Amino acid sequence: MNAIEVRGAEVSYGAHRVLSALDLDVGQGEFLVLLGASGCGKSTLLNAIAGLIDLSDGEIWIDGRNVTWEEPVDRKIGMVFQSYALYPRMSVEQNMSFGLRMARVERAEIDRRVARAAEILRLGELLKRRPAELSGGQRQRVAIGRALVRDVSVFLFDEPLSNLDAKLRTELRVEIKKLHQDLGNTMIYVTHDQVEAMTLADRIAVMRDGRIEQLASPEEIYSRPVNRFVAGFVGSPGMNFLPARLERTGDGLTAKGEGVRAALPATALGPAPRDGQPVKIGVRPEHFVLGAAAAGMALAATLEVDVIENMGADRYAWGHIGACPVAARVPLGLALAAGETVAVGVPGELVALFDADSGVRLTS
Amino acid sequence: MSGAPSIIVPRGRRPQRLSMARVGIYLFLLISAAFFLLPLYVMVVTSLKDMGEIRLGNIFALPQHLTAAPWVTAWGSACQGLNCDGMAGAFWNSVKITVPSVALSVLLGAINGYALSFWRFRGAEFLFVVLLVGAFIPLQVFIYPLVRITSAVGLFGTLPGVILLHVCFSLPLMTLLFRNFYGAIPLELFKAARVDGARFWSIFLYVMLPVSVPMIVVALLIQITGTWNDFILGLVFAGNDNRPVTVLLNNVVNSQFGEKQYNVNMAATILSALVPLVLYFVSGRWFVRGITAGALKG
Repeated sequence: MNAIEVRGAEVSYGAHRVLSALDLDVGQGEFLVLLGASGCGKSTLLNAIAGLIDLSDGEIWIDGRNVTWEEPVDRKIGMVFQSYALYPRMSVEQNMSFGLRMARVERAEIDRRVARAAEILRLGELLKRRPAELSGGQRQRVAIGRALVRDVSVFLFDEPLSNLDAKLRTELRVEIKKLHQDLGNTMIYVTHDQVEAMTLADRIAVMRDGRIEQLASPEEIYSRPVNRFVAGFVGSPGMNFLPARLERTGDGLTAKGEGVRAALPATALGPAPRDGQPVKIGVRPEHFVLGAAAAGMALAATLEVDVIENMGADRYAWGHIGACPVAARVPLGLALAAGETVAVGVPGELVALFDADSGVRLTS
Repeated sequence: MSGAPSIIVPRGRRPQRLSMARVGIYLFLLISAAFFLLPLYVMVVTSLKDMGEIRLGNIFALPQHLTAAPWVTAWGSACQGLNCDGMAGAFWNSVKITVPSVALSVLLGAINGYALSFWRFRGAEFLFVVLLVGAFIPLQVFIYPLVRITSAVGLFGTLPGVILLHVCFSLPLMTLLFRNFYGAIPLELFKAARVDGARFWSIFLYVMLPVSVPMIVVALLIQITGTWNDFILGLVFAGNDNRPVTVLLNNVVNSQFGEKQYNVNMAATILSALVPLVLYFVSGRWFVRGITAGALKG
């Protein structure tokens, strides 16, 4: 039995459709990340699962129960919000116990559960404080504690780290991951941050325009994106796309573009290619091989470097192949300066081809 | 840049603490303050003089012989027509009208604003527009129909009648104030409470009311002042037994037997204005805080 099943979910505001016929299964104990740009419907989907937004059509099942029309509190979910949404006039303890008090749980039981949550989240000394007296990270932990004490089966996170600074975000990301390992609850996590998605998720659902473009493990999303959108959304800097045309050559295929040429075996493509079919060659910046080592690789091109960007651990060369802007990671020890031209290559298994019109990936 | 004095000197002259412009501004403010305080000053000093002194006509002079007699008269035995009971009864009438009217209108306004902000039911926007229109129609338009309606249901000239009308006429403004206040509160706070299992009333009571304190104080101030100072509703609908101070003051000042008792009239006027006056002095700080406080810090 899946922890959560979303069946044909639709949410519309007038003529504007935020979610369209969306299906989603989340396994027991799974950490699922909904990833997408703002306005893609990821928060709407999370709110619909929580019961805070009504579906126009479709069903939502949690733990084998159809909860489509149930109140949020009856769905056994806990939710953590971007703005923390702590009750400003209540102490940490009162914030965490509010749900239990609403459910008329016995005082002793409330104390026991709050104490346990405070221990897990290291909030012991802060129980009497008001939210205004806490740091951003502490507030977020209280918000998690609020869900924890209610013994919910599913945790829903709505961009919980977006209001924090970069260092704290990294720390809390690890804490959430650890919490998931310790508790084993099902968690759904909404973010537009691909790093959070890649590091936290068991599976990522990449969303666009109210649909799920791809639902797969982080590795799969990264290495085998189903289309150009997913390929471009994950990875930093993003994947490079070089325009080219397909040609049959003997027992193989060649994708030829301005200043680039990629030779691939005929078996590399799933659907049979048309001769002269326009495609985009997709290459991640970190997959380029630069300089002499590039010789003899399936993809060969010449990169004219405009700018070298130093990121500390890495350097990136920003330039162009033909007229197409390209980013490539520069290996340590390779001397390369702005204005130079360098030969680049990519091994065949790391070259992806996308249909120029539909954006669907052609390489299998 | 730390402690050591910099060798780079800023260009231009250091701005002077007290320039001519400053002096001008202060002078202007002082004159304005004096201008607005003068009537109050005249009222206070006149109310503390006896009639002999008033007849001399120096209205700005300080009293030669301080006397509290006009105040005692105004409170206890000032006359309206042939009825010489003073302002005391009317003062308590005003309290009896103001307290329940204000309590009800602020509470209902808060509930309305809360419901309109967070429980977006079908037609909520339309209802809000109707309320807004209500806030802009002059009250006088309704007087005649309201007289007919209240007398038809037996509320004309009664205390509950005048309270009901005060609440009705205050609701649009109170709803508008609270809706805007709650509109600035993050929706996520409301969502969190729903996930925690709180319903309509418990969210209002435990989550929204506690954060509304600054808004409630402002609403109380507006309502107490407005209700206390009301004249027309009290005049038309309160009936003989429930006349508020404003109505009685008018009667007292306009009743004349021989010489006009300026000192008593002044004392009566100050008495009737006392409640809003004291309120502003006591709560000025809160008033400013309520207006400036956006919604929630942190």
